[in-house]
Amino acid sequence: MPAPVIVAEGLLKRFGDLVAVDGCSFVVNEGEVFGFLGPNGAGKTSTMRMISCVSPKSGGRLEVFGLDVERHPREIKALIGVVSQENNLDPDLSVFENLVVFARFFEIDRTEAARRAEELIDFFGLREKRDTAIEFLSGGMKRRLTIARALINRPRLVILDEPTTGLDPQARSLIWERLRELRGRGSTVLLSTHYLEEAERFCDRLVIMDRGKVLVDGRPDEIVSSYMGRSVVETVDTPDVIAFLEREEIGFERFGDLVHITIDSAEPLVHRLVEDCNPERLFVRSATLEDVFLRLTGRGLKD
Amino acid sequence: MKGRVSWRVRHVWERNFRVFVRTWKVSFLPPIFDSLFFLVALGYGLGQFVQAIDGVEYARFVAPAIVAIGIMNASYYETTYGSFVRMYYQKTFDALIATPVTIEEVIVGEILWGATKAVVYTALILPLLALFGVISLPGSLILLGLALLGGLLFGAIGLCFTAWTPSIDTLSYPQFLFITPMMVISGTFFPIESLPMPIQYVAFALMPLAHLVSLSRALTLPAPAQMGLFSLLWLVVVTVVVVLIAVRQMRRRLVV
Ligand SMILES: Nc1ncnc2c1ncn2[C@@H]1O[C@H](COP(=O)(O)OP(=O)(O)O)[C@@H](O)[C@H]1O
Ligand SMILES: [Mg+2]
Repeated sequence: MPAPVIVAEGLLKRFGDLVAVDGCSFVVNEGEVFGFLGPNGAGKTSTMRMISCVSPKSGGRLEVFGLDVERHPREIKALIGVVSQENNLDPDLSVFENLVVFARFFEIDRTEAARRAEELIDFFGLREKRDTAIEFLSGGMKRRLTIARALINRPRLVILDEPTTGLDPQARSLIWERLRELRGRGSTVLLSTHYLEEAERFCDRLVIMDRGKVLVDGRPDEIVSSYMGRSVVETVDTPDVIAFLEREEIGFERFGDLVHITIDSAEPLVHRLVEDCNPERLFVRSATLEDVFLRLTGRGLKD
Repeated sequence: MKGRVSWRVRHVWERNFRVFVRTWKVSFLPPIFDSLFFLVALGYGLGQFVQAIDGVEYARFVAPAIVAIGIMNASYYETTYGSFVRMYYQKTFDALIATPVTIEEVIVGEILWGATKAVVYTALILPLLALFGVISLPGSLILLGLALLGGLLFGAIGLCFTAWTPSIDTLSYPQFLFITPMMVISGTFFPIESLPMPIQYVAFALMPLAHLVSLSRALTLPAPAQMGLFSLLWLVVVTVVVVLIAVRQMRRRLVV
């Protein structure tokens, strides 16, 4: 078992009185795609910025590649690649120049920088835009270039803050494909996302955060089965149905005019619901990470 | 700051240089025209009505001050408006500090870049002033050294304001509360001795431009060297102090 890439213990981040990250603990292992999920304001960005050594922690322990973030920021930063939530490509430079100038910050010599830049331009399908100014790139291209730039130092750990937010499905799937490819080459990938189906499909492990705390931690399928049972039965919210559920002491949640019942084996329940109440609508589907997410973080708007 | 500023500052400088090479026409012609405009309007226009000052013809008297003002403008505007755009709008500094480059190196790199612009400006304006016959070459090439020192100082001063300003609009405050009055009382367009004594004291105690002008004259005109030496000392000490303040203030703004 190789040493973990990131170890956080009781990690804390305060902004004045506000506690943005409130005693988070988690471990990220070598070679996994690790996801940070959580509503806006959960503390994902704050956590990732502390890991990237650009924001000082307010407390707790945080080690990256076994190095303390406070004592070895330069060494850590040489080993990681960072894609921040906000676009910070250099608008004064072309696609190619963005890559080679960035390479210089890692002390990569000019010939090697140019070689890597060309390689990354191909890997992210930016060949035709090689000499284009940043302002003429689409949103998806900008994001691809930002990720390409984060790979210029061949990082062992890539940290991406919402890499697919705001992109169309094609652009998103291309990014995921590339991230999985990176993982295949042995890199560790740490990312945050709002897209729960994507997280469920692509992350090896993830944490769900809310209000600065880690609520759950594990493999997506394990999280779903341990929190939700396997199935969700969805039916209409009528007095009959509610009376039946209460009588049978079956847990349920109401969403608008619908009722959700999560359960391991749906079939017996469905039979009895049909017999007893004959509701006008009734679905059975697999439980998803989204169900867990909404149950844990609530349905209220967070913005 | 130990261990936080290394030779890597050159990458910050290099990044700005690369952009500059692309845009030098827009970024350099205006200040050059500015200086020539001053020279013609003051040196030749106003100069016709002014008698020689300490035996120096008026156009020759203002020429070193015009260079000093140009040094100030080249570096100060680079590290106020230029750095603010990079920091706030383009997020260039955020991208940089995610690499092994430290925040201190970013700041020192920006100041060095501001100083570089002052030196380049001076290198361009000196031959033009010599062409007008108001400055003599190669003697006044020593002003390139002055440009480096003055550029570091005004680059650092500019960066302090960049660290403090809430928005790009409020950057106009230091301009009309500090830069403009300083240009009036620093002995630029008339001898500082013609100002009331208290104002002279204020100028020499607090106004970097007063010392830049005084040193610029000491280096190019026949004048007693004492005042020049004092100004040199003042500039060196204040530059070191202001650079340290700029680093501290920018750290405070950027490290959250
Ligand atoms: N620089 C800052 N100053 C003050 N508060 C901040 C700052 N950055 C983030 N916060 C606050 O910290 C909390 C967590 O924010 P963030 O880490 O950005 O969450 P997320 O990325 O999960 O949306 C939010 O309440 C946010 O407003
Ligand atoms: Mg965020």
